[in-house]
Amino acid sequence: MPRAGILVDRPYERLTKEQVELIHQASMEILTAPGLISFNEEAVNILHSHGAAVESIPGDHRSWRVKIPEQVVLSAMDSVPGTVKLGARNPDNTIIMQGDEPRVYLITGSETNIWLDVDFPTYVHKSDASREIRVPEFKPRRGTVEDLCQSARVCEHLDMVDGFIRNVNIQDRDITEENKDVNKFFASLNNNTKHFMSGLTSLGQLDNVVRMAELIAGGKKALADNPIISFITCLVKSPLQFVDDTTGTFIEVCRRGLPVAVSSSPQAGTSAPIKEAGIMAQINAEVLAGITLGQLVKPGVPVLYGSVPVRARMDTLSDSYGAIETSQYNIDCVQMARFYGIPNYSTSGVCDSKIPGQQSSIERLFSDIVVAMSGPQYLHCAFGLLDCNSVFCLLQAVLDDAHFKMIKSFLRQPRIDQPEMEAVRKQIRAVAATPQKLYISYIRPVLRSGEISGIYPFEGSGEADDVFELAYEQMKDLLARPVEHIDQKTTARIFEEIPGILPRLNVYERES
Amino acid sequence: MPEDIIGLIRENVIQGRITKDDEGMDEGMVGQPGVTELVEQALASDLRIQDIVTKGLSGGMEVVGQKFEAGEYFIPDMLASAEAVGVAMEILQPRLARSGIKTKGTIIVATVKDDLHDIGKNIVSILLRGAGYAVKDLGHNIDTQVIVDAVREEKPQFLGLSALLTSTMARMADVIQTLEENGLRDQVKIIVGGAPVSEEFAKSIGADGYGADGFQAVAVVEALASGTEN
Repeated sequence: MPRAGILVDRPYERLTKEQVELIHQASMEILTAPGLISFNEEAVNILHSHGAAVESIPGDHRSWRVKIPEQVVLSAMDSVPGTVKLGARNPDNTIIMQGDEPRVYLITGSETNIWLDVDFPTYVHKSDASREIRVPEFKPRRGTVEDLCQSARVCEHLDMVDGFIRNVNIQDRDITEENKDVNKFFASLNNNTKHFMSGLTSLGQLDNVVRMAELIAGGKKALADNPIISFITCLVKSPLQFVDDTTGTFIEVCRRGLPVAVSSSPQAGTSAPIKEAGIMAQINAEVLAGITLGQLVKPGVPVLYGSVPVRARMDTLSDSYGAIETSQYNIDCVQMARFYGIPNYSTSGVCDSKIPGQQSSIERLFSDIVVAMSGPQYLHCAFGLLDCNSVFCLLQAVLDDAHFKMIKSFLRQPRIDQPEMEAVRKQIRAVAATPQKLYISYIRPVLRSGEISGIYPFEGSGEADDVFELAYEQMKDLLARPVEHIDQKTTARIFEEIPGILPRLNVYERES
Repeated sequence: MPEDIIGLIRENVIQGRITKDDEGMDEGMVGQPGVTELVEQALASDLRIQDIVTKGLSGGMEVVGQKFEAGEYFIPDMLASAEAVGVAMEILQPRLARSGIKTKGTIIVATVKDDLHDIGKNIVSILLRGAGYAVKDLGHNIDTQVIVDAVREEKPQFLGLSALLTSTMARMADVIQTLEENGLRDQVKIIVGGAPVSEEFAKSIGADGYGADGFQAVAVVEALASGTEN
């Protein structure tokens, strides 16, 4: 049985059908005028061979203006699979997404440089030494491969996490550009049995990570049937440019037929128009251009409509994921992806706050709720991420899991039908006839069926705010739980065949 | 199978099943006799009232309390069991005196004049019945004089007063004062409760005890009954 996700029967939509059509038409026109600038020659050749107009742009960097006619886009879109399966080491963690079904799967991400440790030092009241309080203290440091292992372990045990995007940039002294990919893939896959998605640091490592996945899945065909890994590529740099290296990576991933998210992240105000109509027309054009290229490389390659739009802060012009408009853009993108019938990679929960606290909770919960309500299929919901996705904190990930349980509970569909109404009428008549007129005895079957949501899981005693301390205890408990590692024989083959994996990641060698 | 009947009473108290139509906690119990039918069977089989009460009803409630403490049971479960015990005690009431079993006492409960809120008072009543007390519920919006008259006539050991409004909580003080004026104050222990009521308020109006919720109300009554109240 694959993971159930959260079905949002009647998703929240901001756009009318006419507005969706207008965005689509504007995107089609943008792709022909002005078109895109491509810094990747192979992409230019592929698009040109299928009918795009291409013109070399004079200058220091080799680049081309590519104008993609509407018919080329629409024809390519015909081969996009409406159903995308993301496999997993544990088959029960498989994710199956339909482009037209608003069923939400919650995914971690992104790659953060900073890992936030948590401690609880005790403070004594200045005028009364008998009064003490413990206050959380957050200490940032560079992330390591062991941190990524820890994060993968905890996310394995977080109920609401459906899939794992590597969320720690491994920066150990012995990690290089050449061995980073194999180590982040192995660290994640060895400590987590859910679907794993990642970007690639070096195209030269693509075949090594695919081979690693084949060994784990049980061979080339087994990996094709159960794609335990997928990729995310930011081939588009806004506005409207195909970047050379990531576009090259994207083309190669498509050739191997593995699922890939085509992602664009324009910033309204700087790399995209500040107005909603403008950023929507542009991001949609950018994502469609990427998807078109992918389908021309390998028709039928499974793709996700990846959208990470954001509004600029007015004080610094840096990203403001906490901005209200950021959630609006994301919800619009979900609707556009559904219009095309392509599963959507969406974004929520990214906050501007630098540490866990009230700002972090409010920013992330706001977007988590509203974006989840719109029904994206693959929701990168920033488990544990802070400071615009540059910091990761395990404690925050534990809090996020608890909050998503509440959101899932909220998104349950109402059960109002004839049998239910008949039962309720009977109940009301029965209670009305009693002297005490209480419905309490009818709570029990509903309570046992799990239909009643729980209290806040980190509720303090009395007036004390113990949220962080209680979440910290749970975090330690999760860290102590074992995970199902890749078996010893497969691990040995991986270390034998795949160069560059750090020996300390071999749990069997460590044990011996 | 008389012993089995006592065991079944105990089990059905744990299940919180008053009659055969109740679902209880486990699957497939609808249609099997509940506490009401089982107590009647026990009486028809001439089982000792003492055993029905102590081994069946109280024995079941003891397990329910343990399950609640362990987080396995919630308040609706406790109430269902308490209600089952309360119903059983009503059936047994006429025979209790004859069999020499003393009840734990009688308590009159009422929501005071001008206050229509009675959910809390009703829950307290269920829990008190479940704990083995005879409860006379006067209802809500009850005149002070009606309460005083009931105390005079029924001679209960306890009087429980409830109010949900800041505007009606002062009526509790009226009741206590009128009981004093009628020379009845010393013959009854008075506990008060309700959302705006506090321990401090209870003391200020001369009440004997304060219950923040239904469980505390029962605990306060038990403490007053045993003379261990603070």
